[in-house]
Amino acid sequence: MMQPNTLMLPALLTLLLSAGSAAAKTPPKVSAQQFVDLQQGNSLFAGFRRAHAKGLCVSGEFRSNGELAPYSSASLFKAGVTPFVGRLSIAGNNPTAPDLKAPVRSLALSFSLSRTEQWRLAMNTPPVMAVADPHTFYQQIQAIQAGPEAIQQFFAAHPESSEFRTWAAQYKPSGSFAGETYHSINAFYLINSDGQQQAVRWALMPTVTADTMAFDGDNALQQEISARIAEGPVVFNWVFTLADASDDENNATKAWPASRRQVNAGQIVLTGTAAQLESNCHGINFDPLVLPSGIKATADPILRARSAAYAESYRRRAKEQFQGALEESSHD
Amino acid sequence: MTKPTRFPLSMRLFHWGMAALMLAMLTAGLLMVKSLEPWQLNVLNLHKAFGLLALLLVSLRLVNRLRQQLPALPDSLPAIQKAIARASHYLLYGLMFAMPLSGYAMQYFAGRPVEVFGWFRLPAALEVNIGLYSLFREMHGILALALVALIMLHIAGALHHHVIRKDKVLKSML
Ligand code: HEM
Ligand code: HEM
Ligand code: HEM
Repeated sequence: MMQPNTLMLPALLTLLLSAGSAAAKTPPKVSAQQFVDLQQGNSLFAGFRRAHAKGLCVSGEFRSNGELAPYSSASLFKAGVTPFVGRLSIAGNNPTAPDLKAPVRSLALSFSLSRTEQWRLAMNTPPVMAVADPHTFYQQIQAIQAGPEAIQQFFAAHPESSEFRTWAAQYKPSGSFAGETYHSINAFYLINSDGQQQAVRWALMPTVTADTMAFDGDNALQQEISARIAEGPVVFNWVFTLADASDDENNATKAWPASRRQVNAGQIVLTGTAAQLESNCHGINFDPLVLPSGIKATADPILRARSAAYAESYRRRAKEQFQGALEESSHD
Repeated sequence: MTKPTRFPLSMRLFHWGMAALMLAMLTAGLLMVKSLEPWQLNVLNLHKAFGLLALLLVSLRLVNRLRQQLPALPDSLPAIQKAIARASHYLLYGLMFAMPLSGYAMQYFAGRPVEVFGWFRLPAALEVNIGLYSLFREMHGILALALVALIMLHIAGALHHHVIRKDKVLKSML
């Protein structure tokens, strides 16, 4: 046995200290409720989403060319047409926020394939996350809420945010929802009928450019897209990127190399718009973990955190809406 | 015919098997709604599948119970306490049905098909109904707390019989 000696003391101390600093790097764990409280902020907009509160409903169809069918048994990838209900939104908790001030724009889709097969997708304009897990993401949102200095400090302390920052520095918001690229950010597995699995990310690529903003005011983007779709359909190409064995599907901060194989599965065509409270997208929880057979969730910690948080937000707003509806009907 | 002093084996198996299952379901439910960890999705899927299994089991258990001779409660027990004991068992059955039914109903109206152990999927509404989702979601949460409270009373009652009254009630279920 080793005798305790004075030399061991500094060694022990270094060990303790390094354990201490490692602990400081691991962010404290937050619950789904704490996360949604933070997103909700101090002003409550009863009945609205705690994130991406402002948006409008869209309807349309996916025109599949069949190219993805060898990779996934999900029915919508066979050549053919599948309708969807969708929602265009901007990030933030405020359902009346000015459209052009939001840093992130989004598109969510819901495919009601059959009574036993549903697919919900929620996509954002950035291709990657700044951080790799929900607890650090919580700290990022705290920093965003604290102001520009805090977020600079946060980014400096989080080198994993470098790809996100590079994207943000060159990103130019389009003059239209129709001109944006919407990314899955998180990776998923496609499963084909032989049970083979392929990790993918996808993006909806615009087919038009809109360099200038034709409208102004708080609802500029909503007015623009409503006017545009009234003129004719808005089309995106649905492009899947296939991971290599060397790519990490569980880290949303790193894009895969541009040389990876891409498959264009067909076109997402938007054909109608409606105010969110007057149409059917408001009642949907676009939880990206609602998946049909032929698609599976990866273990990406960001992706895995989304289901519980979306459920908490959905529960809160559904209850507010339900109670509001009860109050209204009791006034009749 | 004299009443048995012990619950028949089938009822004892149902009782302890389902006691473990219900306690596991409650624990899993309460933990998973808070968690942002990667296991949350797996536990959620297991919760739904085992919850539906519990619905099947409690149905079989009820049918089985109706066909069995139950041991009588001790004669020394006042009528009112016997009535309360009986009512609490009916309530436990009610909640063992209401929990999985409200759970499935909330998923149904949220338009989320339930996958059972990867074997098959149960249907969901094609169009979401957020009001009915909310009704059953809140019901699932409130009834879960009622069930936790009732189980604690139930266990306290069993221990009261065994430790204080020193009668055969707990033994009748062992
Ligand atoms: C840990 C990470 C994340 C958390 C905790 C989170 C949380 C939330 C919550 C609570 C909602 C409101 C849900 C509702 O009430 O229906 C929401 C909406 C949304 N999120 Fe996330 N989110 C996360 C990551 C992401 C990522 C990576 C993306 C994009 C790829 C994304 C895109 C969206 C979109 C598009 C919506 C609005 C969907 C709609 O129109 O209803 N989120 N998010
Ligand atoms: C034996 C029956 C069951 C028990 C004891 C049980 C218990 C629970 C509990 C305690 C919670 C947490 C509630 C809260 O904190 O508000 C919960 C949540 C939940 N349960 Fe169950 N459950 C059962 C069956 C089911 C079934 C059959 C389903 C669906 C098929 C289901 C789906 C859910 C879902 C989706 C949640 C999470 C809801 C959310 O995140 O908003 N449960 N359950
Ligand atoms: C782990 C602690 C538990 C103990 C010590 C316990 C003990 C007992 C005892 C002694 C009886 C017989 C009572 C009588 O003859 O009147 C009984 C019956 C019963 N218990 Fe429990 N129990 C426990 C957990 C549970 C749980 C978790 C449930 C359901 C959620 C439950 C449901 C029932 C029901 C429904 C009966 C009536 C008999 C039947 O139809 O099976 N018990 N329990």
